[in-house]
Amino acid sequence: MIVGLVAGGCLLAQHVAVGQMLINGAGATFPYPLYSKWFDQYAKVDASVRFNYQSIGSGGGQKQILAQTVDFGASDGPMSDDNLAKAPGKILHIPTVAGAVVVTYNLLGQPKLKLDGPVVADIFLGKITKWNDARIAGLNPGVKLPDADLVVVHRSDGSGTSYIFTDYLSTVSKDWEATVGRNASVKWPTGLGAKGNEGVAGQVKNLPGSIGYVELAYAHQNKLPFAELKNAAGIFVTASLESVTEALATAKIPEDFRFSMVNAPGDKAYPIAGVTWLLVYEQQKDPAKGQKLVEFLNWSMTKGEDLAASLDYAPVPPSLKERVLARIKTIKY
Amino acid sequence: MDGQLVSSHPLRRASGNLARRAVGDRVFQWLTLVMAVSVFVLIILIGYELAHGSHLALRKFGWRFLTSSNWDPVNEQYGALPFIFGTLVSSGLALAIAVPLSIATAVYLTEIAPHWLRQVLTLFIELLAAVPSVILGFWGMYIMVPFLSANVFPHLQKLLGFLPLFRGPSYGPCMLSGGIILAIMVVPIITSVSREILRSVPGLQREAAFALGATRWEVTRIAVLSYAKKGLFGAVILGLGRALGETMAVTMVIGNTPQIGASLLSPGYTMASAIANEFTEATTDVYLSALFELGLVLLGVTVLVNALAQLLLKTFAGRSVKPQN
Repeated sequence: MIVGLVAGGCLLAQHVAVGQMLINGAGATFPYPLYSKWFDQYAKVDASVRFNYQSIGSGGGQKQILAQTVDFGASDGPMSDDNLAKAPGKILHIPTVAGAVVVTYNLLGQPKLKLDGPVVADIFLGKITKWNDARIAGLNPGVKLPDADLVVVHRSDGSGTSYIFTDYLSTVSKDWEATVGRNASVKWPTGLGAKGNEGVAGQVKNLPGSIGYVELAYAHQNKLPFAELKNAAGIFVTASLESVTEALATAKIPEDFRFSMVNAPGDKAYPIAGVTWLLVYEQQKDPAKGQKLVEFLNWSMTKGEDLAASLDYAPVPPSLKERVLARIKTIKY
Repeated sequence: MDGQLVSSHPLRRASGNLARRAVGDRVFQWLTLVMAVSVFVLIILIGYELAHGSHLALRKFGWRFLTSSNWDPVNEQYGALPFIFGTLVSSGLALAIAVPLSIATAVYLTEIAPHWLRQVLTLFIELLAAVPSVILGFWGMYIMVPFLSANVFPHLQKLLGFLPLFRGPSYGPCMLSGGIILAIMVVPIITSVSREILRSVPGLQREAAFALGATRWEVTRIAVLSYAKKGLFGAVILGLGRALGETMAVTMVIGNTPQIGASLLSPGYTMASAIANEFTEATTDVYLSALFELGLVLLGVTVLVNALAQLLLKTFAGRSVKPQN
């Protein structure tokens, strides 16, 4: 029986080795639906390679690529200088798609609210505690705001969504930057913590007078009400794929592609948006895998991006795409 | 032919069997010893791995980790006191609610219920134990918490609002909700084990009490409950073990706010919830190490509580068991 099992195991291993190359990746949960679709479609383009992606979180993705246990990583937040210094080789950040974070709330009658950065920051700092506060009323003339307590709901788990949101709040509020800061996990000054986008959405739905933040894709799919935000140009913008792509197009993007696109200067840009990255080594260890990986990256930045909109992700604008494709050409294998 | 005669002799066969059985016995003994020791070794290994993973945080914070209330990943300051408080309070609440309920149910099932009802009730209680933690968490978040915050908490505040335990604004997710959901998870365990313990009380004890003229309740109290005190205590400790480590259901209803307060209606945070929430996105080494240390503290708290329980057991319950002369 044991001999039979060993023989069977050998046959199975042979089948995988001869048939396909396996490329492993791990990291961010935000782009996971899109990446799955990419791997699925790419299998039709090139059947000789199979991708395996574990959405264990951006932190896990960064750790695994540093430890070289995966061939590529994925992260919703850029790797810090400290972490990059720990890497055995140079790691490239490849921006793939962008998403937005929206402010959702639960008010009787579901009015369409307008908010701006400093007001949102003060709400989440606990400085604005009532819905009918003068500053909220000032931005929303004509809306009947109740004399009710504002209950803040934030994420209890570390997440790229929280990173983008706290990045925005740090940019628009000196107070926030000094007391709380930007990170996937922060010490929230006030409010309840809920796990995941579904936790925040559930909490906000069940608690009248509450306010929280979720991913745009999630808000769309669950038909949650969310506020219009005043962007850096002073115009109130609704979150959408167009306004996120506009933010990407007008953001300042440095050479190493580690950038923040919150409060982008464009007229039609939505202020709370962020991009997600794939993390790959510039010098690939395995030439065969490296070649397949580069081919996949090229496909994803050209054909793959066309699939993004259908899943509620904002694709990269042409100007950035050119730069990214040029960067992919520098990967050596 | 000669060989056949010799080996077919019954005594010869028996002694051959005996020799084989002795070897078999020794192997069995050895195997079971290995199994028992491996459980012990596993716990030691877990403790070692946790200590190894947390040495960065141990070195950086020392005892401050246990006394500070500041959990700040941005400034890399980690203090676990609110989590320790949350774990102990939510588990304590869970036991306070579950123990009377479970023991009463167990007593009803063994002493009072008609036979047909026992099977049905036991089935339902075991079904409750089989509900996965996440499902219970979703039910808690979407159904129990809104119900409690609309119908129960306002009355609690009106009646008992003078106590610091029930003061302050209540939004639904709070320490009390966490305690209640833990109680729901812990009731089946304590009930099942208590039922077994009570069933194993010899009938002679009850008959003796009846013979002395005790009423139904006195029989239960004197003959059954005091006899089974040790076992019941063990059942409670089993339940406590589950309550201390429970993660998913609690994190969905407790509000996940690391704070220490007197009010049961304010949100809290437990150690297990914190680890589950923050582990995947811990990008720096110190952060990860702090979470490992939180795990080590949780292990330590569990061991400590169990040890205290055993100590209590020896001091109090030991007296009730009188040696037979």
